Amino acid sequence: MTDAARASQERRLTRWLVSAPPSLFLTAFFLLPFLIVVAASFRYPGEFGGLAPLFPLHGQPGKDSGLTLETYRFFFGDFTYTEIFLKSFAVAGLTTLICIVMAYPLAWLIARSPKKRRDLLVLLVILPFASNFLIRVYAWIIILGPLNLLYTSFAVIAGMVYVHLPFMVLPLYTNLEKHDPALLEAAQDLGANGWTRFWRITFPLSLPGIFSGSALVFIPVLGMFAIPELLGGTGDILIGNLIKEQFLDNRDWPLGSTLSILLTLAVLALAGLSAWAGRGKGRGA
Amino acid sequence: MALLEISNVTRRYGGLAAVDDVSFAVEAGEFFTLLGPSGCGKTTLLRMIAGFEDPDAGRILLDGKDLAGIPPEKRPVHTVFQSYALFPHMSVAENIAFPLKMARRPAEDIHRLTRETLDQVHLSDKRDHYPHELSGGQKQRVALARGLVNKPRLLLLDEPLGALDAKLRERMQLELIALQRDVGVTFVFVTHAQQEALALSHRIAVMNEGRIEQLDEPDRIYGFPRNRFVADFIGSINLLEAEVAASTPAHLLLRTPGLGEVAAPPALDVPAGARGALALRPEQIRIAARGAPHELKNHFHGTVEDYLYLGDVTVYKVRLDNGQTLEALLANSAPGRAKFFETGDPVSIAWRHDAGRFLHD
Repeated sequence: MTDAARASQERRLTRWLVSAPPSLFLTAFFLLPFLIVVAASFRYPGEFGGLAPLFPLHGQPGKDSGLTLETYRFFFGDFTYTEIFLKSFAVAGLTTLICIVMAYPLAWLIARSPKKRRDLLVLLVILPFASNFLIRVYAWIIILGPLNLLYTSFAVIAGMVYVHLPFMVLPLYTNLEKHDPALLEAAQDLGANGWTRFWRITFPLSLPGIFSGSALVFIPVLGMFAIPELLGGTGDILIGNLIKEQFLDNRDWPLGSTLSILLTLAVLALAGLSAWAGRGKGRGA
Repeated sequence: MALLEISNVTRRYGGLAAVDDVSFAVEAGEFFTLLGPSGCGKTTLLRMIAGFEDPDAGRILLDGKDLAGIPPEKRPVHTVFQSYALFPHMSVAENIAFPLKMARRPAEDIHRLTRETLDQVHLSDKRDHYPHELSGGQKQRVALARGLVNKPRLLLLDEPLGALDAKLRERMQLELIALQRDVGVTFVFVTHAQQEALALSHRIAVMNEGRIEQLDEPDRIYGFPRNRFVADFIGSINLLEAEVAASTPAHLLLRTPGLGEVAAPPALDVPAGARGALALRPEQIRIAARGAPHELKNHFHGTVEDYLYLGDVTVYKVRLDNGQTLEALLANSAPGRAKFFETGDPVSIAWRHDAGRFLHD
């Protein structure tokens, strides 16, 4: 074997050794479970939870064996489910929007502080993660209770924003910190006032940061069930709660699987849509 | 009335004066250069004209109007930044149209002026490209076009050619001269590259430690530097320490330690007994084989200590018999020259009695 061939073989081996563990992990713990969920959505629920057998046992003419589209028919047949879907998207959208508005000034401020202070401020932003998520949500119960705001949609949104704000601040800060201050000087030099400089330069260049922050907020909020359950009222059920209920309370695994898959498809469609809408934007930023 | 008048301007950082009581005037249509080493205050001065910094003392007048308190966006002054600072999310055409939009020019003006300016900098075929798709020279031209398109009273250029390679730099220098002549906009150009300053400028202000050492036309700056700093900073120079033995309207007679008497051009303001240095450019010094006939008065023996072959010319470092070294430059196309001098060759060097300039300390 020539040296070049040996070197290229070594490179291949290295690449394989580096990429194999994560690939195996994702295949075993993400792809396979996902396929199981897809399969489960086409089956019947078991009598005591779980799934009904795929084939009739002992030759009994089991009424609930085999594959079916029943859960999908059920979902699309009852508008209540679609309504909860739409409402969940609205809550996620509103939470994302509020996070953008609140995180932007904060991220901007951090990016503009002296280098030493920046690290401290970033640490403060992620400090809440040091305490348990549920404890932090329970704290909101204590805060909102006396204000008579507990078990309202407001409480749900407040909790969602509170929990997810750092996920918006960090990507925005990372983006804003990279902006070349010379661009703002150039814009000012060429006649742009402060407001125009923000909307013409800073904002468009920060769109990639806004997009990644929005993805990090929107998608988790969509699947969140703890916050609506603890802070929301009976009318504040979201998809997350619905899915959780199917698996843990109603023991209807096929319906739970169907809801999960429809949620995944909706998120993918949305991501594709925003990628299509944002194509060519934020170039070179 | 001068277009731009800088009057006793001072700018301090902490206790240090970055710009120290500087005054000068720039005429309309002029290509004016601030030249000096890094930290000499030239960029600070430029930023004060643009409005990004305020003078601690003194006034900056444009068309006779004091600019104090007018923010950068309201000054009819545009800047070409060293890093170009092109907007990465805008196409070439959008970058160039930006100052026109800021000035709220009507749409048809914006279209026409953008197209004309694109033509002027030969970038019409790149109008829809984005900055990251352009070469260094093209970015440079977009930055220039963006600065010029709205016809500012003054265009400030902060080392705009600094990032280009030597060949491109030379071409851009020629384009810059042509562009300035065509558009008639007054340029204030900042650079630390003396060759660039000499090539481009109508007038040059040589700055050092916050002050202007000399303000003159390029050939005066090069040929008649006023002090050791200017002489040393512009081009290469030989400085012969000397004391004035006699000062007459016809010439200066200098006494140099170890060399004896040297004749220099007259300087009436320099009295006998004054100390200083005779500044001689390498190209003013002739080098010849020892024993070759000569007719010059300033004529000494030496030995080639080292030489630097630069292609078109060779610079010889010659150690004189008194221990002093001088650099002499010889064009390699000089007729009748049979061979290069080698290290160790005995040579004779000479210069005309009217060459050089005495720098009074």
